[in-house]
Amino acid sequence: MNVLDTLTGKAKSRVWLTAALLLLGLVLLPFLVEASLGKSWVRIIDLALLYIMLALGLNIVVGYAGLLDLGYVAFYAVGAYCWALLASPQFGLNLPFWIILPAGAAIAALFGVLLGTPTLRLRGDYLAIVTLGFGEIIRIFINNLNAPINITNGPQGITLIEPMSIFGFSLGKTQDVLGLTLSSPHLYYYLFLLCVALVVFVCVRLENSRIGRAWVAIREDEMAAAAAGINTRNIKLLAFAMGATFGGLSGGLFASFQGFVSPESFNLMESIMILSMIVLGGMGNIPGVILGAILVTVIPEALRYTGDLQRVLFGQVYIDPADLRMLLFGIALVMMMLFRPAGLLPSKQRKREFAEDAA
Amino acid sequence: MSLLSVQNLCVNYDSIRAVKGINFEVQQGETVCLIGANGAGKTTTLKTLSGLLPATSGDILFDGKRLNGMPAYQIATLNLALVPEGRGIFTRMTVLENLLMGAYNRTDRAAVQREIDDIYTLLPRLAERHQQQAGLLSGGEQQMLALARAMLSKPKLLMLDEPSMGLAPIMVQTVYGIIQTIAKQGITILLVEQNVRLALGISQRGYVMEHGEITLSGASHTLANDPAVQAAYLGEL
Repeated sequence: MNVLDTLTGKAKSRVWLTAALLLLGLVLLPFLVEASLGKSWVRIIDLALLYIMLALGLNIVVGYAGLLDLGYVAFYAVGAYCWALLASPQFGLNLPFWIILPAGAAIAALFGVLLGTPTLRLRGDYLAIVTLGFGEIIRIFINNLNAPINITNGPQGITLIEPMSIFGFSLGKTQDVLGLTLSSPHLYYYLFLLCVALVVFVCVRLENSRIGRAWVAIREDEMAAAAAGINTRNIKLLAFAMGATFGGLSGGLFASFQGFVSPESFNLMESIMILSMIVLGGMGNIPGVILGAILVTVIPEALRYTGDLQRVLFGQVYIDPADLRMLLFGIALVMMMLFRPAGLLPSKQRKREFAEDAA
Repeated sequence: MSLLSVQNLCVNYDSIRAVKGINFEVQQGETVCLIGANGAGKTTTLKTLSGLLPATSGDILFDGKRLNGMPAYQIATLNLALVPEGRGIFTRMTVLENLLMGAYNRTDRAAVQREIDDIYTLLPRLAERHQQQAGLLSGGEQQMLALARAMLSKPKLLMLDEPSMGLAPIMVQTVYGIIQTIAKQGITILLVEQNVRLALGISQRGYVMEHGEITLSGASHTLANDPAVQAAYLGEL
């Protein structure tokens, strides 16, 4: 059913107007940000877009299917290393993006199934522990895969990774487009925006599909779900695979954007940050997850300015901005638990769940 | 040939033998009850039939197919529906979403919509609350929802596990009224109950289960007049 069909002419044009304004705002955003906050902020919003993709991917596993995954960053790593190995001097390869990105996503999906299969019977805490272990295994594996044959270059990581190049049009350098001079972060911004739109579209479709309902059913009562004719095994594996696919995709984009990957970027803390984006924003709700991802990426960057502020006010820095970040993050999480346990923008479903638990 | 035929079925939980070689049959169109005390193995039997527990040995034949070793979701596609003990409602989904779960494996959307409308006419309580969270329904309404959900899967055999459990007497009457309406439509029903009087009242035949074995069987009215059944389950001396 099309939502637009139910609206009157006037309301319909208002919807289109809002959509057009939103689009215009998103297109102009990097210019506005660059003019007001400086060049480095364009990179920050690029990263925020990557985290939106990651958070939406993890949201499929945690938010929809209710499987607590603490090793999600492993799929990000798989995607990133896939790009890094296939488009860098490491093996002297430089394959085009339309091979590497799908390959990275597919290999990540395979790893998703690999993680999902032995953990099918686990739930809650037990699943969290196994997935946490899985995430660490992948990271340590990458870290040590420089001997006996050097594949990943170990802790030094892989440098000089080729940037994204779309049929000869490189996003790695400044380009002139339609009379505008766009730097690399600008170009990546539009690419990532497109990818986020794609991921959001897939998530919306999944949410309201038969598969989406099956995930909710499994989250609620696995036995009743099986009795209703849901192939619980495949549907759970599908959640892992779908989540991993988005992780792998973001990983590949990350490697091309950053030009450098090392095992350090894929530690447990990263998994926890992605999970907290979802929890903070509103588990299972797409706008909530997007908001969470933006807040968790942007606020720490904004806090860097508190160092300068302290210097101006007191003549010296009393609290290191990095420490302040963890302090505020902790306070924010405690406040959330107290006042908005279902997240900033909870889904209807989750709101019901928390209301029920409180009653 | 009977719709359901269970032969020498044994089910073990690790080393505990819960069902010890039972035999029974259900014919097309009849309502059969499986009665007995707590722990007799009735629920275990139903769960095994729907594939939620593995059979240790024996055969389950349904509609000409052998169900042993088949996963639950496949059995569900053969139109064998279970309304589990405690109703198995998805409490955080809405009433409508719950109903749609019953039609999970159906592709004839228009027919499903029609049947949902019919259910709403028959059970106006569900219609009033169709956008409400199913967990907020009363126990009786939840049982109605569970029955309606199972009906949406177009079952050839409907298995009901303790539909009267935890319900107020007036609700038990209503729920049993609905079960009889379903039976009149020609749906075959296998009913498991501890409330022996009720179960024998609406079924044609019955099996009595004790400690994992079927100890007695026969027409329901004969069982109701059996001195042993009366003494053990109907509280008459």
